[in-house]
Amino acid sequence: MTPFLKFSLKHRTNGASHGGADEQSVISIRGITKDYLMGEETLHVLRGVSLDIQRGEFVSIMGPSGSGKSTLMNILGALDQPTSGEYFLDGKDISRLSSRALAQIRNRKIGFVFQNFNLLKRTTALRQVELPLIYANASDRRSKAKAALTSVGLDQRLNHLPSELSGGQQQRVAIARALVTNPAIILADEPTGNLDSRSGTEVMQIFQRLNEQDGITTIFVTHDPWIARHTKRVVMIRDGQIVADQAVARPLVAGVDQRPSEAQELQSMLQDAYGGKPEEYT
Amino acid sequence: MRIFESFRIAVRSLLLNRTRAMLTMLGIVIGVGAVVSLMSLGRGVQDYVASQFEGMGADILTVRGQSPVRGFFAVTNPLTAVDAEALATAEVAPNINQIAADYTVQGTAVDGYSSVSATVRGVTGNYFAVYDWMPQSGSIFTQQDIDSQTQIALLGTTVVEDLFGDATFDPTGRTLLINGLAFVVVGVMEERTARLSDPNGEILVPISTAQTRLANARIAGEGYRLSTIYAQVTDPLMMETATSEIEAYLLNKHGITDPDEADFTISSAETVAESRTAVLSTLTIFLSGIAAISLLVGGIGVMNIMLVSVSERTQEIGLRKAVGAQHSDILSQFLIESLLLSLLGGAGGIALSWGVLQIAPNVISGVTFSLSSDVILLATGVSSGIGIFFGLFPANRAAKLHPIQALRYE
Ligand SMILES: Nc1ncnc2c1ncn2[C@@H]1O[C@H](COP(=O)(O)OP(=O)(O)OP(=O)(O)O)[C@@H](O)[C@H]1O
Ligand SMILES: [Mg+2]
Repeated sequence: MTPFLKFSLKHRTNGASHGGADEQSVISIRGITKDYLMGEETLHVLRGVSLDIQRGEFVSIMGPSGSGKSTLMNILGALDQPTSGEYFLDGKDISRLSSRALAQIRNRKIGFVFQNFNLLKRTTALRQVELPLIYANASDRRSKAKAALTSVGLDQRLNHLPSELSGGQQQRVAIARALVTNPAIILADEPTGNLDSRSGTEVMQIFQRLNEQDGITTIFVTHDPWIARHTKRVVMIRDGQIVADQAVARPLVAGVDQRPSEAQELQSMLQDAYGGKPEEYT
Repeated sequence: MRIFESFRIAVRSLLLNRTRAMLTMLGIVIGVGAVVSLMSLGRGVQDYVASQFEGMGADILTVRGQSPVRGFFAVTNPLTAVDAEALATAEVAPNINQIAADYTVQGTAVDGYSSVSATVRGVTGNYFAVYDWMPQSGSIFTQQDIDSQTQIALLGTTVVEDLFGDATFDPTGRTLLINGLAFVVVGVMEERTARLSDPNGEILVPISTAQTRLANARIAGEGYRLSTIYAQVTDPLMMETATSEIEAYLLNKHGITDPDEADFTISSAETVAESRTAVLSTLTIFLSGIAAISLLVGGIGVMNIMLVSVSERTQEIGLRKAVGAQHSDILSQFLIESLLLSLLGGAGGIALSWGVLQIAPNVISGVTFSLSSDVILLATGVSSGIGIFFGLFPANRAAKLHPIQALRYE
């Protein structure tokens, strides 16, 4: 049992068959490793990660700092290549593709949201969102970008520069940019990490809506168990390996379920993890 | 579409860093300006020199005697009337139409109290036709004038002005003393655009008069000594053949076997113009080459600033790649930026040299300078070449960046 999760998790029963690529999965990775050469030493950041994610799933990835979450997300997002292992995206092995083909996959199939937003300086929201469309040679870029910004509630901020937007608004621009090409998958590496709890809730609302209404497969990394409980499945990584993978019995609804007070949270976390009566913790 | 985006980014980048861009361009402005100015100036002077020989008649070969120095003694085999006669025959020189000749002496012409020193050129009757120079008033010398060594003279316009104080004065009928002999003026030669020697400052007299009255040019067995023989070639295409005919005849006559030791020169308007402009053209190329070094320095400046631009925008490149930009998108974005830098610099350089060429005639008078389209084209080509050459390395460095490493770059 993972001490980080205060809520009860049901063990996944539909665990993917290991050994071969799952035909139904949007994402299927097998034995992914990633090594970094640091001078003489080789750093094994990912040590054989296998994972299947079905269409329409909403998965959060948790784990201590340095456990390899971002490294895994970058590989899933076709931003980086694994040292070994296979990656099937929509049933197609992309782990050995050229950088040209990978750029196209990033452009067409995947929307990536970063912790630090990664918006272009001195560029309006509308132009930020148009960017992937330019590299997709898409038509009607302006109206598509407007629609994406409207869907994240920023239709009044089209011509604002990043410096004229709050952190939450900047992250919503980044989400609109990830959405605008209608990707099947959205990957977000700690999208709420730099946000206050109210902006974080707004962002979560958007992710939940995209998953529920538009059926977009969503994977994101978070350190916050409360945020993770808004997703339908939690994967735990430690030292470059998946150590737990559980479904969430009843995902919270962002903006509806109220976050408990910090004291309450701590108490139930300890109680949940190590047992005992509530009185022992007061 | 995508290339338009690359163009837009490039322009934006230049506009955001205006001062930096201007300073970088300045290097190219100076380099291109220097090369274009020097080339245009050199060409202007060359054209000017060439134009000086234009009216000289493309079908005329000019033969002059020379005195090569062997040991301490100048050995001279002068040109003579016998040579002129021989060269006029079809046997010796089949490609020569007709031969004119002159014999010049230095003289002083006196009219009353005014006097002028001038080249007195004794000429044959056909000199006027061959040299294409006619009197504006009066008439040319007849065969009878030549035969009887008549003391008559045609004056150049400068001589008229110097002697009578007025270029429009008609001196026909007046008697001058030339080197102490009385000559009757029979007309004034038309003004001729200045060459290297000024023909308007000459006095023309019948050749026989110059040879016998003004000097004693008689050589036993050779008739009279000549200064210049003018050979009119039948066909301008046969200039070289005619030149070797004359050369063969004179070498044989002077008993010289090695053509390099010839004691005469044969030149045409073309060869004279060529030899004068050859020096200029070498000088122009040399100076332009030095100026091109400043262009190289300017190019390195472009490369330097492009490397700065790439490293400043590493995160942006990472983001662009993350959302699907290809290698070629990033490459073109930076190549266009460096191309714009150097092309704008090139345009500035052309403008600068235009300014230089406007001022140049005040310094070098009489010569007209212009920016010719091929020099502009060359400058544009060289500027774009510099933009591409010096932009390629930074642009390629940007395009090859790994998206994740670029995004993490601080
Ligand atoms: N380019 C790199 N070169 C060398 N080591 C790297 C590189 N990128 C990541 N690492 C190492 O890999 C390990 C995992 O990094 P990663 O960013 O995936 O961790 P993380 O789980 O996302 O951590 P956090 O929660 O702090 O974001 C770290 O120890 C890090 O130092
Ligand atoms: Mg991370």
